[in-house]
Amino acid sequence: MPSVGVNEIKVDAIEKVTGKSKYVDDLHFSGQLHCKVVFSRVARGKIESIDTSEALRIDGVVDVITVDDVPGNNMTHIIYDDYPLFADGEVKFAGQIVAVVLGETPESADMGRDAVSITYEEEKPVLTIQEGIAPGAPLIYSGDNIFKRYRIVKGDFKKAFEEADIIIENEYYTGYQEHAYIETQGMMAVPGHDGSMIVYGAMQCPFYVHDMVSKVLNLPASKVRIVQTVTGGAFGGKEDVPSLVASVAAVAAYKTGRPCKLMLHRNEDIISTSKRHPAWMKYRTAADKEGNILGIDVDFYMDAGAYATLSPVVLWRGTVHALGPYRCENVRVRTYAVATNKVPCGAFRGFGSPQIIFASEAQMDILAEKVGKDPFEIRKQNALNLGEETITGQKLNQSFGLHKVMDEAFEKSGWAEKRPMWGFEHGEGDIRKGIGVSSIFYGVGLGAGGKNMAKAGAFVQIYGDGSLSFAVGTTDMGQGMRTVLSQIASDEMGIPIEEIYCQSTDTSRIPDSGPTVASRATTMSGNAIIDACTQIKERMAVMAARILEAKPDELEFEDGKVFVRRIPDIFILFKDLAKRCAMEKVHMTAQGWFDTPFVSYNEENGQGWAYFVYAYACNVAEITIDLKTGEITVDRITAAHDVGKAINPQLVEGQIEGGSLQGMGYGVMEDILHDEKGRIVNTGLSTYIIPSIIDAPEMVPIIVEEEFPEGPYGAKGFGEQPLMGVAPAIACAVAHATGAHPDRTPMIPERILEWIEKKGG
Amino acid sequence: MDKIEVTFTVNEKKVTVKTAPDKPLLDVLREDLLLTGTKQGCRTGECGACTVLLDSKTVNSCLVFAGQMEGREVVTIEGIANGDKLHPLQEALIEEGAVQCGFCIPGIIISAKDLLDKNAEPDEKEIKEALAGNLCRCTGYSKIVKAVQSSAEKIRESADN
Repeated sequence: MPSVGVNEIKVDAIEKVTGKSKYVDDLHFSGQLHCKVVFSRVARGKIESIDTSEALRIDGVVDVITVDDVPGNNMTHIIYDDYPLFADGEVKFAGQIVAVVLGETPESADMGRDAVSITYEEEKPVLTIQEGIAPGAPLIYSGDNIFKRYRIVKGDFKKAFEEADIIIENEYYTGYQEHAYIETQGMMAVPGHDGSMIVYGAMQCPFYVHDMVSKVLNLPASKVRIVQTVTGGAFGGKEDVPSLVASVAAVAAYKTGRPCKLMLHRNEDIISTSKRHPAWMKYRTAADKEGNILGIDVDFYMDAGAYATLSPVVLWRGTVHALGPYRCENVRVRTYAVATNKVPCGAFRGFGSPQIIFASEAQMDILAEKVGKDPFEIRKQNALNLGEETITGQKLNQSFGLHKVMDEAFEKSGWAEKRPMWGFEHGEGDIRKGIGVSSIFYGVGLGAGGKNMAKAGAFVQIYGDGSLSFAVGTTDMGQGMRTVLSQIASDEMGIPIEEIYCQSTDTSRIPDSGPTVASRATTMSGNAIIDACTQIKERMAVMAARILEAKPDELEFEDGKVFVRRIPDIFILFKDLAKRCAMEKVHMTAQGWFDTPFVSYNEENGQGWAYFVYAYACNVAEITIDLKTGEITVDRITAAHDVGKAINPQLVEGQIEGGSLQGMGYGVMEDILHDEKGRIVNTGLSTYIIPSIIDAPEMVPIIVEEEFPEGPYGAKGFGEQPLMGVAPAIACAVAHATGAHPDRTPMIPERILEWIEKKGG
Repeated sequence: MDKIEVTFTVNEKKVTVKTAPDKPLLDVLREDLLLTGTKQGCRTGECGACTVLLDSKTVNSCLVFAGQMEGREVVTIEGIANGDKLHPLQEALIEEGAVQCGFCIPGIIISAKDLLDKNAEPDEKEIKEALAGNLCRCTGYSKIVKAVQSSAEKIRESADN
């Protein structure tokens, strides 16, 4: 029986429902110390003094660590080399790491933290994009506070605007989003007796952590080992930040020679770790009177925070996704990542695309209204067809499910019946219902923006009893990678999934496989596993052929047997073959490898084969609004996603449902607020509000499978995509219910009332 | 603060710990009793990951202190299964695919068990109210609701037989 395509039970579910799974905070090492970070409370300024004497007098406080204790390079490398691990003479955001107190107990470390005294020469912080790019702004980065800029130039956008019947010009703002994984960040660093260092913890990207820890400690990479523990949600928040958390714990362990645990509490996690970038967008669309898009002219600014971290690549993905899956020959897109004195923003599911998609989809809604068409119809009319080009000039020539997802969402949501019956013009009293749509695409994998990291390894081993273990360099943070890859290994070797074990991800076991981001684990590690299994099967087939008196290339591995093709009666049980191979010294382990298909990008004009394949989605949101209070309830989300092939449909649904709810949170409730000094004020989950079960709408997940020939069993990544188009679909529904077009997120009641009032006036 | 000795019951076993009276029950469970299945997500009663049953009522164990524990009865996630036999709620969460990162799941199971102990046939609204204090960031909740519904059915069926 094949395993791919089946709702196999999650391989690590039993330990999760019984409380046995070991997350990093559940680890305990004899003699361990507890780290407590002293964060800057000042957003911009010089450090005048750090006085640790009081802290060191507290019973149980062992040491206080600052920049002076870093044995190697304090300046960390993420993309640029601009972010000091420990503040060095100055701070650039409130929440920056200044010192770390080490205590015998969490309580003593807490008391020590409160006793460290730091004085600053405070300076006025830069808190918005506009302040950051204003002439004469204080310099946070280089000569102009811009970490990175991109442009796309295609056709003749000026001419398109001259010839257009309709020009739509608007500004949009999108707010912050905090990952709010339920497990906060944490690491446990354990020094070896031989000068080596092992770090255990919650992370997406063990090889990033490996690289930073070895540089910060000035250790050869060979003496560092990083082990991912069961990780309690990540969503991009555990892409780059864990490298910093691990490095701090590792410096402490290096200095004291004792295991050191660093767990961030929720408020510490919120003030000091990455977020989704707020954005400011100026979007101009030119169209003919039928509503066909002739040209776009877009300026996209992201608020990157104080250090570059991942902003350059986040900006790149946003740039490529500036229009979405629509036809347009004449394009100018200019994008900027701007430095401000706030916590560095970084990766978050969607990676720079949800912001610009919110603007581009809102433009579609206004265009539909201008030409008197239905929002679904205007999207269908402008949607790319197979063989047509994106704004980067990439022809979409395979695995193209755009029209299918649109048709499925249209049907299953009941759009045709609901849209004419609902809306501002229909309804009684103050209550209105609205229905809205968005259609999007998603470039799978790192694309040309990260092509040097686009590789993946796998290690597969068959034991003499016929069981199989494998290790990969990508990670499971809850999405189900361990299960999906086990299913692939199961079908490759033709043995039941119960015989398969996925090792925890460990950098001593597997070569650098790049990060677990960009929805790449299934495609990349899946293909690497197939490569490794193929090598082992070739060797085992030689032995099987000898036993069965057949040719190796006539053999099939299926249902726990190896048999001669078309003559299934001539077989040997896989278990028996493995036993025989073990006895006769057949090499039953292999390293698999996968390198991505071709991608390219020209930075001059933004043209190129940006991603090796795209996934597609269409979302329909149904809402109820109280026109008097502005209160909004999301009742139902229909989300159709083209995933190539669902290796495990239930897990795919889980991604759709969870991502959609995060997208809803982004759209209607979540935002980070700062005081006038640049300090985050909503530092807990009762002030930073994420959707609870009460807020959760009915979900209608729809899986569309347009196979991707180069993906494992036809699969292509899509885990980020469910979040990306939900806020725009809600905005379209708000416009339907109120007659007013939202221009910012989150769409909270006071803003909805403002929009209604503005429309009336 | 001077340490005190408190004796209480955890998962039907009597325990005595010597601890500061202001130590949260969450820490007593995790550090003194090595029951790490109860999770810490905020320490401020906002996320629900540390939910346990205290005298048959759900509480955030981060907000209960050791000094309040004398003679009381606690059930944690480690006390839900019957040996190797999973509780129907645990089975249903697995079958419905309602477990992703798993960090909220111990708290969800405790809250849902408390509901099912008191209400054998909860409707969707009652399920949502019972789980309103348990945040999950992965699943979108719909498979969790389905799992509670299907386990309620299973429990009723086995009670009928």
